[in-house]
Amino acid sequence: MASNRVLISGNEAFGEAAILSGCEFYAGYPITPQNELIQYMSRRMLEENRVFVQAESELASINMVFGASLSGVRSMTSSSSPGISLMQEGISYLAGCELPAVIINVMRGGPGLGNIAPSQADYFQSTRGGGHGDYRTPVLAPSSVAEIFKIIPRAFDIADRYRTPVIVLGDGMLGQMMEPVDKSLFDIEVKEYPKPWALRGCKGREPQLIKSLYLAPEALEELNLRLQGRYREIEREDVSFESSISLEDELVIVAYGSAARIAAGVIRKLKRENLDIGLFRPITLWPYPYKELGEISKKIKRFLVLEMSLPQMFEDVKLSLYSSNAEIDTLSRTGGVIPTEEEVIAKIKSILK
Amino acid sequence: MRKVIYSRPESLREVRTHYCAGCGHGIVHRLVAELIDELELREKTIAIAPVGCAVLAYNYWNFDTTEAAHGRPLAVATAIKRVQPDKFVFTYQGDGDLAAIGTNETIHAACRGENLTVVFVNNGVYGMTGGQMAPTTVLSQKTTTTALGRESKLHGHPLPLLEMLKVLEGVCYLERRALFSPQEIRKAKDALREAFKNQIEERGFSMVEILSPCPTYTKMTPIDNLKWIEKEIVKTYPLGRVK
Ligand SMILES: Cc1ncc(C[n+]2csc(CCOP(=O)(O)OP(=O)(O)O)c2C)c(N)n1
Ligand code: SF4
Repeated sequence: MASNRVLISGNEAFGEAAILSGCEFYAGYPITPQNELIQYMSRRMLEENRVFVQAESELASINMVFGASLSGVRSMTSSSSPGISLMQEGISYLAGCELPAVIINVMRGGPGLGNIAPSQADYFQSTRGGGHGDYRTPVLAPSSVAEIFKIIPRAFDIADRYRTPVIVLGDGMLGQMMEPVDKSLFDIEVKEYPKPWALRGCKGREPQLIKSLYLAPEALEELNLRLQGRYREIEREDVSFESSISLEDELVIVAYGSAARIAAGVIRKLKRENLDIGLFRPITLWPYPYKELGEISKKIKRFLVLEMSLPQMFEDVKLSLYSSNAEIDTLSRTGGVIPTEEEVIAKIKSILK
Repeated sequence: MRKVIYSRPESLREVRTHYCAGCGHGIVHRLVAELIDELELREKTIAIAPVGCAVLAYNYWNFDTTEAAHGRPLAVATAIKRVQPDKFVFTYQGDGDLAAIGTNETIHAACRGENLTVVFVNNGVYGMTGGQMAPTTVLSQKTTTTALGRESKLHGHPLPLLEMLKVLEGVCYLERRALFSPQEIRKAKDALREAFKNQIEERGFSMVEILSPCPTYTKMTPIDNLKWIEKEIVKTYPLGRVK
């Protein structure tokens, strides 16, 4: 019997989902733990008659994405933490030029060369801008291989809709693990966005210009205010999260990505001990579901922020709960250490004692 | 009967210049615009302006243009040309852009043999940021960061980019010209024409380096600056076809 499921790694899923979402251009540079992604694209993009370039650096990759994007095609690059730092120049230029693009960060431990173990330490870099200037990037964080097939089409959609670079934040664990996924996830409907702003030669129209230089401060302020207006719209329209919370819950774990997978295991185990624990999982890290998390604190007063980085998302949880009298605790591991279910369980028990 | 022998090319807009008196950028802008008209490329051109004094090149050109981060035009151009191979794509870059911060992008686009044209304006200084030393600054030349003149022990040697690129298989055409006389300007245009045609005929990567005056930061009169290029600069950067 032909199975309707395929076994695929997170890194390959990022690539395949991008192809299914109509990505016409990919440029990348090898860095562990995302190498399977560039390798996958090197083969599949050619099979699909699309453009693949192995760039000489992350600086070149992101600037190639810039060139492809201003040509009006869906374009993507991927890297891991140190490479993303190099891309920040280009991400800022993409934001300034109002160009859509998808950038995947399969995070590893830092700072510096760090290591190649899974980490979530680029949270601030991703959610606060990262490069220079007054800009934001939408950040989407899948927590399973199957979810990648939902997140990537959405990332391209947000990028085109708001003309902005979008960051998809994974980590080495998600990138490298293999999971069976249902082939029905491959049925991705691609929405086409007209791109009259794209540079395709001025035949039949006036010449066009794409730039981020505005020498007059008032003109640059105007661009920035226009961008901010769009960011407010993204905050209204595109917040997403998943929560499984009931009124009986003793505590709610707030976690995203791979950390949320660990949280789910913990919750299952504690259920057997008749302890009810809820899970709140932001899917968009920017815009953050401040309001939705705030609502929960009207009913539940204990929160544990679980992250694979020294408290970073914790600050967003504090912002969400600032007007409540909830207790917020954190369990943070760094350097690529993955928190074990046992240590999370011990932490929760110590909070509830 | 009257005959028009000289007029503004359609590819050049009628706007006031922001360049200093005697600057070479304006001349090179015009050469590019004339060629785009002559080769009927205007409606399929996408140009990439650099940072540097020519960052505003798009104010003068009457075709699709963009701007790239400092040094990155050839990465941007690579993708535009790969995605739109039927378009005419060229970068316009200064020596700081091409031979300092963007050396990596330059060498690798050339090495890949991207079917692109590079207009390389070598004025030997960083004009826009105030006349600091560029990789191409010649020995003993005074700049705002080599107050006593460039000295190889302290500041390294001038960078001969074309000669370096020559060894790369992917490179199809390299030529160095200058702007110090009407005859030379004509030769510069011929070299640019060849570089443009190479792309149209899909022959690969072409670059034309043009030795250009920056009277403001050489602190010379425009005429003296041209004479200096003719007498001195060509000793470090000999004119002619390099590949
Ligand atoms: C990342 C970055 N570093 C520095 C600068 C500042 N900067 C602007 S133009 C320039 C030098 C340009 O020199 P060149 O390419 O020779 O052009 P010219 O102005 O001489 O025509 C520099 C260093 C910048 N824009 N971006
Ligand atoms: S500073 Fe030099 S390169 Fe810049 S516009 Fe003036 S003369 Fe030209």
